[in-house]
Amino acid sequence: MGLPPYATTGQRIWYYAFRVICGLIFFFLIAPIVVVMPLSFNAEDFFTFTPEMLRLDPAGYSLKHYRDFFQTSDWQAAMWNSLKIAPMATLLSVGFGTLAAIGLSSEHVPFRRAIMAILISPMIVPLIISAAGMYFFYSRIGLQGTYLGVVLAHAALGIPFVIITVTATLVGFDRSLTRAAANMGADPVTTFFRVQMPLILPGVISGGLFAFITSFDEVVVVLFVGSAGQKTLPWQMFIGLREQISPTILAVATMLVAISIVLLTVVELLRRRSERLRGMSPG
Amino acid sequence: MTTSSTDPGSMDAQTSGNGAKPGPMLAADGTPLKRSLNRALRRQKLRALMLIAPLLIFVLITFIAPIADMLFRSVRNEIVQETLPMTVEALKSWDEETTELPDEKVFEAAYYDMFLAAEQKLHTRLGTRLNYELTGISSLFRKTGRAVDRFDTDKYVDDFAALDPSWKDPATWAAMFANEDIAKALPQTAHLWQRWTDFLQTKNEDPAKEDVEPFLFTSLYSELMAGADVSGLSPRLEQAAGAVKTFTPVSIEQQFIDADKDWGNHEVWATIKTYSPAYTPGYFLNAVDAQLTADGVSARPENEQIYGILFKRTIFMSITITLSCIMLGYPVAWLLANLPMRTANILMILVLLPFWTSLLVRTSAWKVMLQQQGVINDVLVWLGIISDSGRLIMINNQFGTIVAMTHILLPFMILPLYSVMQTIPPTYLRAAKSLGATNWVAFWRVYFPQSVPGIGAGSILVFILAIGYYITPEIVGGTTGTFISNRIAYHISSSLNWGLAAALGSILLAAVLILYYAYDRIVGIDNVKLG
Repeated sequence: MGLPPYATTGQRIWYYAFRVICGLIFFFLIAPIVVVMPLSFNAEDFFTFTPEMLRLDPAGYSLKHYRDFFQTSDWQAAMWNSLKIAPMATLLSVGFGTLAAIGLSSEHVPFRRAIMAILISPMIVPLIISAAGMYFFYSRIGLQGTYLGVVLAHAALGIPFVIITVTATLVGFDRSLTRAAANMGADPVTTFFRVQMPLILPGVISGGLFAFITSFDEVVVVLFVGSAGQKTLPWQMFIGLREQISPTILAVATMLVAISIVLLTVVELLRRRSERLRGMSPG
Repeated sequence: MTTSSTDPGSMDAQTSGNGAKPGPMLAADGTPLKRSLNRALRRQKLRALMLIAPLLIFVLITFIAPIADMLFRSVRNEIVQETLPMTVEALKSWDEETTELPDEKVFEAAYYDMFLAAEQKLHTRLGTRLNYELTGISSLFRKTGRAVDRFDTDKYVDDFAALDPSWKDPATWAAMFANEDIAKALPQTAHLWQRWTDFLQTKNEDPAKEDVEPFLFTSLYSELMAGADVSGLSPRLEQAAGAVKTFTPVSIEQQFIDADKDWGNHEVWATIKTYSPAYTPGYFLNAVDAQLTADGVSARPENEQIYGILFKRTIFMSITITLSCIMLGYPVAWLLANLPMRTANILMILVLLPFWTSLLVRTSAWKVMLQQQGVINDVLVWLGIISDSGRLIMINNQFGTIVAMTHILLPFMILPLYSVMQTIPPTYLRAAKSLGATNWVAFWRVYFPQSVPGIGAGSILVFILAIGYYITPEIVGGTTGTFISNRIAYHISSSLNWGLAAALGSILLAAVLILYYAYDRIVGIDNVKLG
């Protein structure tokens, strides 16, 4: 899409102007996330750049907000809660979700559309409504304010992501492979674990990562379904932001961005691997 | 595993078409092929359903049931019937169209109900509930709850005790209503005695030791006055039945009005009567700035109409955010779709990173950027565009919410747009240009129409997500930039008006489900792509 040599001045101007506009939009997308990082090393308790920081004076920078994060019991408790809730919720959504996605992708499923609509709905229904409904219902059955309640709620929220990614992987899955395995005497369980699972694993893992990040990031539902004992990292951040206490939030934010980068890379690698396995892209 | 995608019917037609062999075609085991295939198909369907069932049940219990429960809660209203059962019953014969207050019977029923409710401390809950419909009822109920055990009806206690001191002994009452004939002759008092003893037992107190409260005497008096036939049941009762006419009656209505003159207000009674059914459209009407009064549905006074404004604002801001996302997303998606694969993949990271970054991180980043001592203002002051005293207010208003949410939702616009644009062959544009179209005409008449499905998919997705947003408006929205969701959260956790929260939520849910349906029709939920 290079600029042709016969382009007029007007076309040249537009060509570069368009790129500048796109550059500004990319800047808009990425700047807020990048700005947080240096600010988290602020030596002062401000949410903004101090003159020392702008002069690149080492005295303007410090790790005190990170120390704060690792030494405050509130933040540590929140981190452990997050780490306790998210993997369990992920396990539930991946377990149920993968099975259902395999069922959904077979050729003859009655009411496929309706079932799909129900299973995807946790992603579509506004979180505040899910949270309200779960709050009323879970308090009625005694799950409100319990670890189990939060895990179940988060598992429900993660399911659509697992369904979507795993069904997408299964679209390219060659069914004759399972038939061949069956032909050679493998029972359905062996076929599933030795033939189908290895091939759809990238989809399952990225679905799992989506489910994990959904639970790890989720704040609205846990705010209502959980109690102080289930205070997660996003919940603690939400409190901090609303009451504007300390820039420790920025240190946490920076660490979360680092986690996102890792997750993004893993998902991207998995996607490419899965496409290569299915012969969909040469790369 | 026997699988076949061939339609059994066509197989049959084929057989008869060939005409080689009459009779049905047989499978290896000798059953007709058609039946054998049908069985295989059925087994396959069953297998698929068995795989889906666990998840479906899981989602139905953990997610769909709560939503259904919430919808149900938005119309439920048993609290009035449960707390004031006798009053509700007595009010049935009262015509709220007249200007007259209900008669003494209703006041009497209200006295029994209020007394029991106050003992169980349920009256304040009901007061809070009815206060949503008529301001002032809450304090009226609290005040009456305190006054109700000091009503002058204790005079009846003395009157009865003067006839026979054993009336004051709870054991007398317990023995009296253990006798079924007496209970049948004095149904109301027996019923009240039952409610009273049930209540005492929940508190683990022995009804035979607690004082007999005046309201029981009032009921007894009233039933005997009404001519209950107690002849031959008990000498004590017969004596009382003969003597009640000499008692000076206490006007319960007057007692209520002495406790709070609002009981003389016709509107209070009309409200109780209007909201006595177990199901009410009241919360929904409340959610659309209307109210249910004795004369039917009417709009709330101008200064109490807040939800109409809030819904309009939510929709207006969601549309603004969707439009901003189209404006910003379209050029970027176009660039990504037209650059060489390698460059596009690298730039794609800039789109995907925000998508993967925690929502709270992005919201806090915008707080850092937008606040008055924040990065943008600092830069503008440093550049000399604004003075230090003239820092812009960009947060805690609509502007802040729109900017932050546009940023958060932009990837949801870019990704579907990108996947649609990737499928548009660049040759079309070149063909248009070689036929003499200017750049603009080629874009507008050839390229743009083909990208509309992407805009549609992205817009519905962004709009659905925007309309129900809670966290970001809560943090950067201040008071003017909040959404309907914030109000729902407020009613759940602060004002505790759960019915109204549920009604508001139901309306929001209905809007989202309509859009979801449209999305499913246009794009298909199977085609949602992530990353």
